[in-house]
Amino acid sequence: MPNYYQPEIETMPYDQLRQLQNEKLLKQVRHVWDNVPYYRQKMEEKGVTPEDIQSVDDLYKLPFLSKADLRDAYPYGLLGKPLSECVRIQSTSGTTGKRVVAFYTQHDIDLWEDCCARAIVAAGGTKEDVVHVSYGYGLFTGGPGLNGGSHKVGCLTLPMSSGNTDRQLQFMTDLGSTILCCTPSYAAYLAESIHERGIQDQIKLKAGIFGAEAWSEDMRHDIENKLGIKAYDIYGLTETSGPGVSFECSEQTGMHINEDHFIAEIIDPDTGEVLPEGSKGELVFTAIDKEAFPLLRYRTRDICVLSRKKCSCGRTHVKMSKPMGRSDDMLIIRGVNVFPSQIETVLMQQGYGANYQIIVDRVNNTDTFEIMVEMTPAMFSDSLAKISEAEKSLVNALKAMLGISAKVKLVAPKSITRSEGKAVRVIDKRKLF
Amino acid sequence: MNIHQISVFLENRTGQLAEITHLLAENGIDIRALSIAETADYGLARMIVDDAHKASSVLLAHGDILSMTPVWAVEVPDAPGGLADLLNLLASEHIDVEYMYSLFTHKDGLAYMVMRVSNEPKFLGALGDRKIRIVSAEELGLK
Repeated sequence: MPNYYQPEIETMPYDQLRQLQNEKLLKQVRHVWDNVPYYRQKMEEKGVTPEDIQSVDDLYKLPFLSKADLRDAYPYGLLGKPLSECVRIQSTSGTTGKRVVAFYTQHDIDLWEDCCARAIVAAGGTKEDVVHVSYGYGLFTGGPGLNGGSHKVGCLTLPMSSGNTDRQLQFMTDLGSTILCCTPSYAAYLAESIHERGIQDQIKLKAGIFGAEAWSEDMRHDIENKLGIKAYDIYGLTETSGPGVSFECSEQTGMHINEDHFIAEIIDPDTGEVLPEGSKGELVFTAIDKEAFPLLRYRTRDICVLSRKKCSCGRTHVKMSKPMGRSDDMLIIRGVNVFPSQIETVLMQQGYGANYQIIVDRVNNTDTFEIMVEMTPAMFSDSLAKISEAEKSLVNALKAMLGISAKVKLVAPKSITRSEGKAVRVIDKRKLF
Repeated sequence: MNIHQISVFLENRTGQLAEITHLLAENGIDIRALSIAETADYGLARMIVDDAHKASSVLLAHGDILSMTPVWAVEVPDAPGGLADLLNLLASEHIDVEYMYSLFTHKDGLAYMVMRVSNEPKFLGALGDRKIRIVSAEELGLK
């Protein structure tokens, strides 16, 4: 028997859902036109007015927003409500070190938490469950999102945050956690730790909701077998609220997008042209319910496929495939967004040349992150202590910029592989897609 | 008079030192002293060669990263306690040795240490007082 958090919405017949989207979209376009001068100007440049948008069919007329817009409009340029009506900020890393900040009114928090609640109920969650949230808390949306969703469902919520494996496992066994929420790599790590300690029989987990990074079906099976659970995928991005923009149901053949809040399109990343259903392309979201950060046609850079095939779970909302790649150079390492340009910025600031290579791999289900940096005459010294000191300072600056630790490897000049004169900046050995 | 030392950056890769020594050999440069300092990930080779300027241009042309540092060549008796006496003296004067290695060159019961120290004027004063000889580049046949 499938479970829904908001059955009337989640199983709403398509025509009705479309009608709801039309109404919300018209209202949202007007709201943005009236309150977000940055986007209004973009519309004017394209010669579009709110009157041109009469239904979802007219969506293609609106201009796109991208991460570059978020950077240009930082911090308040895309705000749709006065700050006095906002109650929360969440943040993620941006392309050149400037972070993306997203604002929420109480209404926005509510709808975000509803989305997460739907995901928890779809994974079998009820008020009898103990939800163990090991996503990071703070500016990162993972912890706060699932935490809020868990409250809405009425689950007993453990706001564990990430790290401190001993404490994670102690609470998991002592308090009988039944649903685990974290990144898939952290789930895999916890699963291994449980096996190392031989405490499998003390674990009461039945389901896991894992997102914020790409993971393969092999990894899903590995986690499911080791923890004896069913593992559900969840998707989202800070720009559109956080996790819960879409989530997996029991069928596990894609993630239902919460279409009463978000309209999804698939476009050709090169031309911006909207592609027909079933095409592989870049996912674009229009938030039709959010007040404080109402992004219209936001380009996610995630490549995926949408499907309206009838789902056995009874939900009518469109399903998106797992992202199959990126249309930009962003990497997701241990759940954190990393842009090569951020690394370049730090290298320059620290006095190194811009010749570097990022090597990402996944060893024992955990991402490894190494940056090879070419030694330069300016950074060289006759003293090993001085070289190590500079290297340490580079490692710290990278951590401050990226939010995760990288291993730096100093290499000889001109030793980083160049193909046809162009340096290969990223070698990603993970089999993610 | 001090002598010139060349320090070359070594990445952690098989054959890197072989490449450098081969390059010097091809150019007829003789290595008179060599010391390797390393961390887990990289290292550096400190060398005294018979023609530091030529070696430096050959290595730079090869794309190596290097620095030239003035160091001192100190004469010590090639006998038990020769080095210990010198180091005891430096310790008593509170002079730190940053690094030190020996020249391959020997002469009539004498050995030579290449040294870099913390306080050079004090170092030279202390050696002068005890009549310990600093050996010049000419004397060692270095250009």
